[in-house]
Amino acid sequence: MKAPLIKISNLRKTYGQFTALHGIDLEIAQGEVLCVVGPSGSGKSTLIRCINHLEAFEDGSEITVDGIPVRPGPDLDQVRAEVGMVFQSFNLFPHMTVLRNVMLAPIRVRKMSEADAEKRARDLLEKVGISVQADKYPAPLSGGQQQRVAIARALAMEPRVLLFDEPTSALDPEMVGEVLDVMKKLAGTGVTMVVVTHEMGFARQVADRVLFMDGGAIIEAGTPTEIFDAPKEERTRNFLHAVLDH
Amino acid sequence: MDLFSTFFNIPVLMQSLPQLMNGLLVTIGIGATSIIAGLIGGLFLAVLRLYAGPVVTALVRGYIDVFRSIPLLVLLIIVYYALPFVGVRLSPFFSAVTALTLVSAAYTAEIFRAGIEAIPKGQFEASAALGLSNRYIMTDVILPQAIRIVIPPLTNNCINVLKDTALASVVAMPDLLKQATQAQALAANPTPLIGAAVIYLILLLPMVRYVAHLEKRFSRGRS
Repeated sequence: MKAPLIKISNLRKTYGQFTALHGIDLEIAQGEVLCVVGPSGSGKSTLIRCINHLEAFEDGSEITVDGIPVRPGPDLDQVRAEVGMVFQSFNLFPHMTVLRNVMLAPIRVRKMSEADAEKRARDLLEKVGISVQADKYPAPLSGGQQQRVAIARALAMEPRVLLFDEPTSALDPEMVGEVLDVMKKLAGTGVTMVVVTHEMGFARQVADRVLFMDGGAIIEAGTPTEIFDAPKEERTRNFLHAVLDH
Repeated sequence: MDLFSTFFNIPVLMQSLPQLMNGLLVTIGIGATSIIAGLIGGLFLAVLRLYAGPVVTALVRGYIDVFRSIPLLVLLIIVYYALPFVGVRLSPFFSAVTALTLVSAAYTAEIFRAGIEAIPKGQFEASAALGLSNRYIMTDVILPQAIRIVIPPLTNNCINVLKDTALASVVAMPDLLKQATQAQALAANPTPLIGAAVIYLILLLPMVRYVAHLEKRFSRGRS
C-alpha cells in the first residue's frame, strides 16, 4: 500500500445530543477507489463532508490531505482546491452556462487564463459527453447530464481527490448508468476517489476497498469480495441482505 | 371662479412649469444619490450582518432596527436642525441625502439579506468545495443569483425613497414639492401643486407598474 493521501484520526462529529461520527480512524491511499456504503443516517455523507470541511468537526479530531491539516483558515482553500466534490443534487451554478460552470474555479483559484480554462473545460465536457450542451444553461439539461457537468467541473481543478456524495441518488433510474460509466472511466485514471453510494454493483466492480458504516462508526472494511461475499459482521450481512435480495 | 380654472389653470401651469422642472431635477438628484448610496450601504450591511462576528452582527442588527423604526421626517429634522449644535452643519441637499440614505440602507440591507438567504445551501457548498474564496463565492455565485431575486423589492424601495424626497422641502430644499408650494403662493392658485402631483405620478407610476410586472413574472417561477 502506497503512502496515505488522506489521514483521518479520531474524527468525531456531533449535532447537539446526537453523535454522527464516533471517532473514525481511516487512511486512504493515493489512487485508491474507496466506496462507502451503509444505511441512511449511518454517517457516511458526514464523513466525506468532513474531508473538505463542509462539516466542521469536534476538537481533537484530525484530518490531513496530502499532509495539510483540514481546519478553518488560509490552508482550507488550498485543501479544497485539491479535493473535488460531486453532490447528490448536482449544485451547478444556474446563472452560468455549462462551460462557465466548468471554467470558473480554474480561473479564480488556479489563476488560469480564460483561453486555457476554456480549452480545458471543452476537453472535459467532451470526455463526459456534454460538449454539445457547453453553451446552454444547466436548467434544461437532464439530471444525468447535469451530474456529468458537475463531474467535469470538479475535474477542471485537477484535484488529487474526488469525493462523491451519493452522486446517483437523485437521478431517474435510466440516467444512473451514464453517470456511473463516467465514474468508472475516472477510476482507471489514478485519481483518488471516495464514493458514498447505494450502487452495490458499482462498488463491487470498481472499488479497491469497501467500507461499511452504521451508527456513525466503520463496522467493516475490506475488498469488495470480502465485504459482499463474506461479510464478517452481522450488521453488514443484514444491510446487504436488505439491499441486495429483493 | 370655477373648478377648472382653480385647479387646472393652464396659464398658471405654463408659467410655473420651468420652476417645477427645476424642482424635478433636484428631486431626482436627491433620490438618485440616496438610492445609490443606500444600495451600496445596504449590501455592505447585509454581508456584515450575515458573516461578521457576533459583535458586529449585533451592531448591524441594532442599526437596521433603529433606522427602520425612526420616522424619516424626525431623522431629517434632527440631521438638519440638531446636528449644527454639535458642529455638524450639512446643506439641505446633504441633510436630505444623509437621512434618506441612512434609512434606505437599513431597508436595503434586509432585502439583500433575504435574497442571499434564499440561495440554496448547495450553491455555497459547491463553490466552497471548488476552493473559491469567500469573496468569489459572493461575487461570482451568490450575489448574481440573489440580485435577480431582490430586484422587485429593491425597485419598491427606490419608489419609496423617491416619494420620501418630498420631505426635503421642510429643510428648505428647492425640490419639486417646495417649488410647487412657492409657485402656488406666487400665483395665488393651486394649479402648480396639481402639476407637481402629476409629475410625481409620471415619474413613479411606470416604476410601480414595472414592479407589478416583475412580481408577476417571478411568481410564475424562475427564468
